[in-house]
Parts: sequence; C-alpha cells; structure tokens
Amino acid sequence: MRQGMNPDLYREEWQWQEGDVTVTRSCQWSGPGCHQGCNVLFYTKDNKLVKIEGDPRSPVNDGRLCMRCLAMVEAVNHPDRILHPLRRVGERGENKWEEITMDEAYAIIAEKAREVTEEYGPKSIVTGIGTGRNATWQTSSLAFAGFRTPNDTAGMLSGDCCYTPRLQAMNAIFGSDFIADCAQLSAERFDDPEYRRPDVILNWACNPVVSNADGFFGHWIIDCMQHGSKLFVVDPRVTWMAAHADIFLQLRPGTDAAVALGICNIMIQEKLYDQDFCDKWVYGMEALAERAALYTPEVVEKISWVPAAKIVEAARYLGQAGTVALQWGLPLDETKWAVGASLAVAAVEVLTGSIDVPGGFVNVKYGHVQSDIRENICKGMGKQVREGRLGDGKYALRTVGFGPHSMGDDILLAMETGEPYPIKMGFLCSTNTFINMAGESKRVYEAWQKVPFVVVCDLFMTPTAVGCADIVLPIAMGCERWGIRAWFTPLRAINKILQAGDARGDEQIMLELGQILNPDMFFWDDVLEMNEFLMKNLSSMPFDMTWDELQEKTLVYPKFQYRKYETGDMRFDHQPGFNTTTGRIELYCTMYDSAGIDPLPHFKEPTCSPISHPEEAEEFPFVLTTGRRSWEFFHSEHRQLKSMREFHPWPLCEINDQDAAELGIKDGDWVYLENQFGKCKQKAMVTPGQLKGTIMAEHGWWFPERSGKLADGLFGAFDSNINCLTVQNDMATSGYGSSYKTQMCKVYKVTDGTEPKGDMPENVGRDQYEIVNR
Amino acid sequence: MNGLLIDYNFCTGCHSCEMACKVEHGFAQGEWGIKLTQQGPDQLADGSWEYNYIPTPTDRCDLCADRVKEGRLPTCVHHCQGLCMYYGPVEDLARQMTSSHMVLFTPCEQ
Repeated sequence: MRQGMNPDLYREEWQWQEGDVTVTRSCQWSGPGCHQGCNVLFYTKDNKLVKIEGDPRSPVNDGRLCMRCLAMVEAVNHPDRILHPLRRVGERGENKWEEITMDEAYAIIAEKAREVTEEYGPKSIVTGIGTGRNATWQTSSLAFAGFRTPNDTAGMLSGDCCYTPRLQAMNAIFGSDFIADCAQLSAERFDDPEYRRPDVILNWACNPVVSNADGFFGHWIIDCMQHGSKLFVVDPRVTWMAAHADIFLQLRPGTDAAVALGICNIMIQEKLYDQDFCDKWVYGMEALAERAALYTPEVVEKISWVPAAKIVEAARYLGQAGTVALQWGLPLDETKWAVGASLAVAAVEVLTGSIDVPGGFVNVKYGHVQSDIRENICKGMGKQVREGRLGDGKYALRTVGFGPHSMGDDILLAMETGEPYPIKMGFLCSTNTFINMAGESKRVYEAWQKVPFVVVCDLFMTPTAVGCADIVLPIAMGCERWGIRAWFTPLRAINKILQAGDARGDEQIMLELGQILNPDMFFWDDVLEMNEFLMKNLSSMPFDMTWDELQEKTLVYPKFQYRKYETGDMRFDHQPGFNTTTGRIELYCTMYDSAGIDPLPHFKEPTCSPISHPEEAEEFPFVLTTGRRSWEFFHSEHRQLKSMREFHPWPLCEINDQDAAELGIKDGDWVYLENQFGKCKQKAMVTPGQLKGTIMAEHGWWFPERSGKLADGLFGAFDSNINCLTVQNDMATSGYGSSYKTQMCKVYKVTDGTEPKGDMPENVGRDQYEIVNR
Repeated sequence: MNGLLIDYNFCTGCHSCEMACKVEHGFAQGEWGIKLTQQGPDQLADGSWEYNYIPTPTDRCDLCADRVKEGRLPTCVHHCQGLCMYYGPVEDLARQMTSSHMVLFTPCEQ
C-alpha cells in the first residue's frame, strides 16, 4: 500500500460497497487499450461506471494513472459506442447499418467461413488483431483452431515490426527474453532486500514515460531516478528524458546500429567492458571486436550525425557506469535492418555485464504469452494447419519457425494478386488497420476492397469498419470483460463488472465463434473456465491457482530469481549458461549463421535516406520519422473523446526551429508532408528539440467528428494519415523490420485553403453512423 | 494551512494532474484547476538542455476539499505519475524542500 493512503478506503478485498457505489479492483488492459495493464478501482452504480481511480494497493502503478485511464468514464459511457452487431446496408463506405443479433451475426460469419473453405480452402481466410488487445492471442487462436488458417496478422503490420524483431534478436543471442529491471518484478519493489536500482538506465530509441510500450510502465524509470539512477538517452528528439540525461545522443533516425557499434568499438578498444563477465559468458567477442572496429567515432559521426567526441564520451561513461539497465524501443523494429540494429544495442548492454543482475537487464520467462496461449489452444490441430502460411519459406528467419503471425506484407500481396492463393474473407478484431499499423494506407484500403467478406470487431465506428466491413461486432471495454493479464509480472485479474448492450471481449468472441466453427477445440463453457485453463497451462510460467484465487488476490508475483545463468534455471537442460547452442550469450549468433543471415550486429542504410538516395534528397530533403506516442492517444484510439482532443486537438509534426525559419513555417501552421509515395497534412510544432534535417510526424490520425461516408472522406482517413507516406514490403532478408520510421519528405505550408480552421475541431466528441432499423 | 509541494525534478509533463482534476471537479472545456507550464526544450551555453514542466494550481483549486474530508488525497497527488506531488501542512512540506527544482503552492485557504 502506497504511503499516505487510507486503508479503509482502499481495501484489500477485490470488491466492496461504499454506500450505493460498488468498488471493484481490476486491471485495465484493453480496450481502449495500452500495453501496461495498470491496476484500477472501478466505481459503479446502477450498472454504470461513475468513477475510476488508480489502485494504491498495487505495486504495479501505486495508485497512479495516465490521462487515458482517467478518461475511462467518458469512454465507457460514450454515446456513439457500437453496442450491437451491425450488418452493412447498401455499399461499403455508405456508413449505413442494420442492427442484428449476435446469433445472427455468428451464423452469417460461420456460413461465409464454410463457403470460403469449401470453395478456396481455409487459408483463404485471414484474421487480424490490433496491438495491446490482452496480448493479442485471440485472433491467432481463432484462426488456427477455429477457421483452420495460419494467416493471422497484427493489422497488416509490415515485417512484424513491433517488439518481434527485438524478441527475435534476444532469442538468438540469449535464448530467452530480457527486460530492464526497474523494481517491478517484486511486490516489495525498492524494499526487496535483493534489489538494487540501476546505476544507469540505457534508454535507447524510446520515450517510455509516454509510450509505456512492451508491457513496461515508463514511470518505473522515474521511480528509479528518485532512488538515484541516472539516464543515458539515444533519440532524434530532445525529450524530457533526454534533457534529464547524463548522456544524450541525438542521432539520425535509422542509424542506431552504427552508433551502438561505435560505442562497442571504444568499449572494447579501451577495455571498458566487463571483461570477467564477457570472458566467461560471451561467445564471439573477437568477431564483434572486428566488426565494431569498422565503426570508428569518425565513421559513426558521418553516418549518424552524432559528433565523434560524443560517441567516445558515451562509451567511457557506460564503461564506468556500474549496473546498466537497457530499456529499448520500437524504432529499432521499424527500421529495415531491425534484427542487426537490435543485436547491436543488445551488444552494448552485454558489454556492461549487467545481465540478469538486480537493476540490470534481466531474463523473464513469460515474454511470449501470445504464442504460448495460441500453441496451447491449437495443440490438437496438427502440423497441416501451419503449412502454406503466407510468407513462410520466403524469409530466412520465418523458415525456421519464429514469429506468431503470418507476414502482413505477404497477406497484402495475396489479397492483391490472388497468389499463391486468393483471400476471400477477413476477420479483424480491434484493429483500425490502414489508419494505424499498416504502411501505405491507400494501397491497404484498396486491397481490402478485393476481399468479398470482412468482419470488423471494434469499440467505435472506424474508417476500417466503414470502409471494409460487411459485419461489425461490438467489443467490450476493460470493465466489461473477464480476462487475465499474463504478460510479465505480476499476473493480474481482469474483472467483468458491467455489460454494455451485446458487447463482448475479444476472448469471448473467439470462444463463442470457435464453439460454432470447431467445438472440439473450444471445449470450455465460458471465458472464466478458459482463462483458468490457460493460466494453469502456460508452458513458460504456469500458475497453479484457480481463477477465484487470482480474483481474490487481484495480482500475484511469482518469486523472481537473478543470475539464472549460474544456477541452470535459464537453459532447457538445466545446466548453467544461456539457452543457446554454445551456452553463452552469442554476440556472434550461430543460429543466424545457419539461417544464412549476418550473425553479427550490423548497420545498413535505410532504403530511402539522403545517403542512399542523394538525388531524391534534393526534392525530399528531410528525414521523415513517425510513430512517437502522445499522452492522449493509444495509436488510433481516443480521437472521439472530447477531453483528449481538448489537450490534443490536431495532428502534429515536429520540425526543427531553424529548418522552419528557412521555410517560412511558423509554429501552428498547417503543412503538407509529401514524398514519393503520397502526402498528408499536419500542424507544425516548431521546436529546437527536433534534430535539424529531420521531421517527426504523428501516426494514427483520423477524425471521428467528420462524416464517415466514403464520399465525404471516410472520417478524414487519408487527410492527416502519415502512412500515406510509408510503404509495405520493405523488410530485411530475415523477414523482420520495416522502413516506417525511415522515409524522406519535403514540407511546405498548406495554401490551398483545405486546412482545418480553429484551435478546436468542430463536432468534437462525435463518432456517428446510421442505423436503419433502430 | 495546507499546500501542494511539487518536486519538478521528476515532473514528466504527463497531464495526469490536469486530467484527474478536470474529472474530479467536472470542469468544462477551457476550465482548469491545475495547469502545466513548460520551460524548454532550450539549449544552454554548456550544451545541456533545460526542459521542465511545473503544474500550477489555479483559483479553481480547492485542494480537493471533499476528497480530503473523506480521507483521500487530492486527486492530482493521488494520480501523479512521477510521484512528485505532495499534499499537507505547509510547514511539513517546507521541511521536505531539500533540493533545487521544488516549488510550494498554497492555492487556497484550506
């Protein structure tokens, strides 16, 4: 319990009464979504959510909440939520619907699936899910065990460029997953006698206080700072964290690998690395030294725009830093050479020797809950369901079997060309695909038009639903669904308190549809029974308890063990060492060597950059990067909340103040961002904090306050959508990575009169659609 | 008198105080009980960057009188993600001012 909180008001039971208000302890994961799963108190009265507070008894967030959770009452009670299944009336894009029952909707979906399966085979059915949806195992499980197709995608995300490339790299060099230890692994947190805070947090390519990505609550870093940890930040922007860092390297987007190799080079040359640790536990030091030697400070400066002297200073700082915790981010995944970049940054962390020690980079056994659960549910399906998965055999690392999804890029190609087989049905759960995860928005939108039957499940009417769906299913919000949070410590109970219309959690839809499609594989009576089974059978970290016990406790911390490479707890054969072929951390990856890809950390120029394409750079002089998070929004969500739009009314792109002055652009001007692939308009945010020559543009933008009709622009789907300037199918030979964050562009003021007027949009808070039979 | 102590060494500008306050008091658009101010990013002569946020209570702030009466903390303090806001008697808070970058507010006569 957080100090200063009243134990009579913040109680230990999972549920209690305060007068006529019921208070329930729960975990808010999704939706609306995020990756974090903070513990909250839902206050309900007369079957309505009336208040939310952070649960001060939870060591996860100590009662704290971000502004999106604080807006939960507004979201849950939003008048435009989809609460009943809808069947399209008229053409796609008319935004006209007929309400039907869940049974009718399920019957239509099952019948279409049967027709497609009979005529084309089950693999012509594609499923997809958005990030953060309770670890996103629901549609892949439904795909494999229900529809009998292996073609599940994370919303058409190119090259699975969200955490998967880093997980892939970690599996290759460590044989397991590692995360920064910021005292989140024990209920005692900083009071745990075994724990010591990191000396330095190596915050590479992420702004965790805003993003809370990969299941990591960013403000755990602030907690560590309050206990004396220092920051080392690598970012193209001067973030708050960068400004508070001892070392800040402001690099050109997409050059992380070169900077990391430059640091490795100095650390090795000047013997600043942990020699005892590396001698004993690292394989490939000589090969790494040879590779890193190519990246002298001068070479790195030329590539990354970081001054050579800063590289040397940074390496020396890390070399005497003590315990270093790596917290890294999505920009590594969203470069074409994502695996090589992830290896390079991981190598820096390994050289500090802070591996699996308190306050370091520690091994967790439950990073792959998504595949774990899917494998569990699909165990009885046999190998044939996986055969012919789109993208298999085409990319080095997908051939050897990693990765939870089919390749979104190859699904796209199959949709467009009908090769190797046509796509005839789509089932999209909680993904607003061409607004958010998919690059090349218009192309992806067009491709969906070739798919004759599409189901979209979501909280609100989105451009994806209006533009592509034939059936829309209503999705429950966090307080309306049973769930378990089993991604990283602690295990948390998600309690269903309310029922809104017919809305259901993604898990419930999966189970109910699964029972119709393939009842043998979906043998649980209800979601609670299924969740209990999954929790008890997690192969990586089984929890031997009943759902009731978990609910009673709200959250459960398994005992965390450090230095598992000494005890044998890290390897499959229980011998000391790491879970790799050599038993050591493989900075030279033997597995990559056999898969035919570069076994060492490596840098390559992005496909589109001023260096790889100097002639195009004359027209498109800026390096365009995208995807930095906002406090107010989770990807494309939250745009229909008045409160969030008051804080953040319009899409913003950050531009360096000198660059802006040269172009006559002032702060708040609407500008076009344009490149070889398309254009969109956003509002300029002029700041000295953006690296000169680069632009950071926000993603996920659409405008629920505008008309959803295709003729009117589909809620402004392509007006400010930065994925009009990105591409699909630009990943490395490994099959991982994308070029979302490394494009080029030009920027100029909007002078055609099409820019939105005013400080606030009109009709904000609206998200409408027409229902013909209500 | 009670006040709010802000240790803005650790204020990340997350807006939770502002949003919690708006929700608690039902403030309309444009009404604030506490508002963030931002300094920077601004590069200093030595190359380092100044970049600070300081939440400032307005005259609408009543230090969450109703919540405090119930035995709760003001909602901004409860939900502050940086855990850098403190509520209490100003004498106690003043004694906690042991570093630079701290500010003590006395928004109302509570």
